[in-house]
Amino acid sequence: MKYEPVIGLEIHVELSTKSKMFCGCRVEFGGEPNTRTCPVCLAHPGALPVMNRQAIRYLTRIALSLDCDVPEKSIFHRKNYFYPDLPKGYQISQYDQPFAVEGILNVGVDGELHRVGIERVHQEEDTAKNIHAGESGRIAGSLYSLIDFNRSGTPLVEIVTKPEITSPQVARAFLNKLKNTLQYLDVSDCNMEEGSLRCDANVSVRPAGSTELGVKTELKNMNSFKNLEKGLTLEIERQIETIESGGRVVQQTVHFDVVNGEISPLRSKEFAHDYRYFPEPDLVPLFATAEFVDEVRVEMPELPEARAARYMETLELPAYDAEVLTSSRELADYYEEVLKHYDDAKTASNWVMGELLGYLNATGQELSDFKVKPAQLAELLTMVAEGKVNAKMGKEIFAEMCDSGKDAAGIVAARGLTQISDQSELEAHIDKAIADNPKQVDQYRAGREQVIGFFVGQVMKATGGRANPQVVNELLKQKLAG
Amino acid sequence: MNLLRLTAVEALKKMGRGELTSADLTEAYLAQIGRHDSDVFAYLKVTGESARARAAQVDAGAGDRAPLAGLPTAIKDVLCTRGVTTTCASKMLENYNPIYTATCVERLEQAGIVTLGKTNMDEFAMGSSTENSAYGPTRNPWDLERVPGGSSGGSAAAVAAGEAIWALGSDTGGSIRQPASLCGVVGLKPTYGSVSRYGLIAFASSFDQVGPITKKVKDAALLMQFLVGKDPCDSTSVDHPDKIDLPIDRDLSGVRIGVVKELAGEGNDPAVKAVFDQAVKALESAGAVISQASLPHIEYALPAYYILAPAEASANLARFDGVRYGLRAGSASDVTQMYEETRSLGFGEEVKRRIMLGTYALSSGYYDAYYGQAQKVRTLIVKDFEAAMNDVDLLLSPTSATTAFKLGERTADPLAMYLSDICTIPVNLSGLPGISIPAGLADGLPVGIQLIGKAFTENHLLQSAHSAELALGFDRVSPLIEGQD
Repeated sequence: MKYEPVIGLEIHVELSTKSKMFCGCRVEFGGEPNTRTCPVCLAHPGALPVMNRQAIRYLTRIALSLDCDVPEKSIFHRKNYFYPDLPKGYQISQYDQPFAVEGILNVGVDGELHRVGIERVHQEEDTAKNIHAGESGRIAGSLYSLIDFNRSGTPLVEIVTKPEITSPQVARAFLNKLKNTLQYLDVSDCNMEEGSLRCDANVSVRPAGSTELGVKTELKNMNSFKNLEKGLTLEIERQIETIESGGRVVQQTVHFDVVNGEISPLRSKEFAHDYRYFPEPDLVPLFATAEFVDEVRVEMPELPEARAARYMETLELPAYDAEVLTSSRELADYYEEVLKHYDDAKTASNWVMGELLGYLNATGQELSDFKVKPAQLAELLTMVAEGKVNAKMGKEIFAEMCDSGKDAAGIVAARGLTQISDQSELEAHIDKAIADNPKQVDQYRAGREQVIGFFVGQVMKATGGRANPQVVNELLKQKLAG
Repeated sequence: MNLLRLTAVEALKKMGRGELTSADLTEAYLAQIGRHDSDVFAYLKVTGESARARAAQVDAGAGDRAPLAGLPTAIKDVLCTRGVTTTCASKMLENYNPIYTATCVERLEQAGIVTLGKTNMDEFAMGSSTENSAYGPTRNPWDLERVPGGSSGGSAAAVAAGEAIWALGSDTGGSIRQPASLCGVVGLKPTYGSVSRYGLIAFASSFDQVGPITKKVKDAALLMQFLVGKDPCDSTSVDHPDKIDLPIDRDLSGVRIGVVKELAGEGNDPAVKAVFDQAVKALESAGAVISQASLPHIEYALPAYYILAPAEASANLARFDGVRYGLRAGSASDVTQMYEETRSLGFGEEVKRRIMLGTYALSSGYYDAYYGQAQKVRTLIVKDFEAAMNDVDLLLSPTSATTAFKLGERTADPLAMYLSDICTIPVNLSGLPGISIPAGLADGLPVGIQLIGKAFTENHLLQSAHSAELALGFDRVSPLIEGQD
């Protein structure tokens, strides 16, 4: 029998607001533990939450970018459970009246467009961080646990898709597109390693064409795009094998071991949680008025599609260039920064897509760590355009810039790479080449004009590639004709 | 002159004129505490040294007096005070020193009060007799064999015993008004949202309000002037729309008062009913237009309250887990066991009972039947009050169906204890302001009456209560104050 998977994603995004969701403590990754805390995020007796307006603006941006409906009124609930990283014993979250519902995000995979429905987008707060002392870093077998409350109360947005994702590839593409969108919105660092973007996946399989949903399992904390795709692929295989061999899929959380690439049921005494949700009496309902939503709509940053369209229209870039350049906000911002100092959009695009991305791919470096600043690249491109260095040499200089972060002019000066256009200097090399190669001179004079390439090569060799090829050509023609 | 008989307004006037120093006043109250608090046990902690220092400070800056400068004040131990142990009368917080001060206390300190100490209460404000304190019960200054009411029993007893010129209490289901009634003093529960809850250790967040316990209504008005106002740290607080004035001496002419028939009848102790009926007549003689009012759903108030308040409490008290502060049981080998041992050891019986009640009411499968249903009842009660107040300015009832009961009398029967608050709980469900003022004595014990106003009409409520106070002419004080004449 043929099976098809059904996947739904639950994504948590830490917002990059200045302060926490319900108190004034600064939001920042890492740092000395327990230095960004107060009575509210430590849940001292009598402390009360106060909503962060900026977080709600960011939340609204996300809801609008996903084309959600934003009901005028939403409310907060308490989600009750005991855990040391949850100081109040409940998380302030949203339940049956979330901030936004019924959205959509279109994802392209291999030229095919997949429409993924968004069930809900809601606001909540992050927990503190447990650090388990012991070899494994996991709670089982640890000697003791420490808690860092710096993260406690960081604004967290939960985005839940409908179970409409049809393959691990689409799931990966969805997460990628969502991350890109969130970065464009400037609402989160979306750093999966640091945990500011986290993804859980629900997956089930069913006979192809069936409309009923199978029993689902949950894959938690898929901490990279690659792992999400790999983990889902393995879990889908496991479910199909289970069914094929006459077994039944059990609803449970499964763990994807990144190191050995294996799927295993989470060994846990966890029973079904009863979170005892009830309306949070310490907060008043959240009213997203039409005026407020419009205000946020006006200040929305340009999204990738719009930016790509602009590149094609005003910069006259090909669709492919526009898509690649806008594939991350960081890259597009970089590209536009280059254009502030250099005005040949297509040449700049070629360099960014070819040389820059090539270097990042080859070295595994992130653009944020990339040493060459946009203005430096623009300077190099200007030197090439002005003929101060030739294109081939330009690429070598760029490679050195990438490694050292030095300016093009500095490298050129240090290595003496400036192009030689000076006639008298070149004449010496040309005269020598003619004198050393009488046979080729004769061939040229007999009418084999292409032999001139041989002489250009000789001069280039003698000058270490610095000779201006046009000037050399001119001079050679004159001299050989003589 | 017996300084313990002075009201706050009177004392303030004398200090302003230079006829009295805060030091003398503070010493008088500290001396009374020294004489009687070993019997009354109104205070969990007396901060005598800092009180004296503060009083001296106030006296030294005589030219530029803060508005409440030098008034010796008692603070219920449910309010966080930075650096001063705040226990909520629980073992759980036996040595807990808050790192911040509650907004309402801070406002009063800025206005110049002298803090005498932290008063006893039912653990986490759960109770009606102050017998649920982990540190022992407070006794009623009128009769030491009897309870002062609760949960703000320490604050009410302190004022009644002359151990504070006034006090702060908190009221979730009657915890200011009922002990005020049983101790023969004035207690106001403000409209929900009037006074910041920041720093008030939460029992039931949608009910809790901080308010004054005073000798006279005028003092309650004075204290309220400094308590109300929006606090950026409490999202449910608002700017009080009505300026609160000190009441003036006038009668009740034209004030329309509806007597709540469901609360004024045979359910009351006959001696209490007699005092109440007498009081109604006195108010009428003073010009009040008396009519009968009805709250038809009031019989469901108590059950609804005992679903909603414990539900909120079950979450509010989850933070006491032994992880960050307060008690931690030492012998546990894993975190779940640590939670269980800490909470078993740290919480008293009544607190555990309410956590269990609330947890159950919120459980999956029971939510609609309990919490959901109770919310609907709450809405009905709100509507009852709106309807009843269509034609009247105020509602009137006894504050408590009985006078102070004996220690131990109701401890074995939680339901009997819960019934102590039958007159006050509906007011918390509706969020309205309610004040208890003494109306007379029954068998030598104080009886209070409760006036209920419309939302945020504290100014009118306090003026009317002051007029009622004049009409009732109750001028008795507890034997512990009389003894100092």
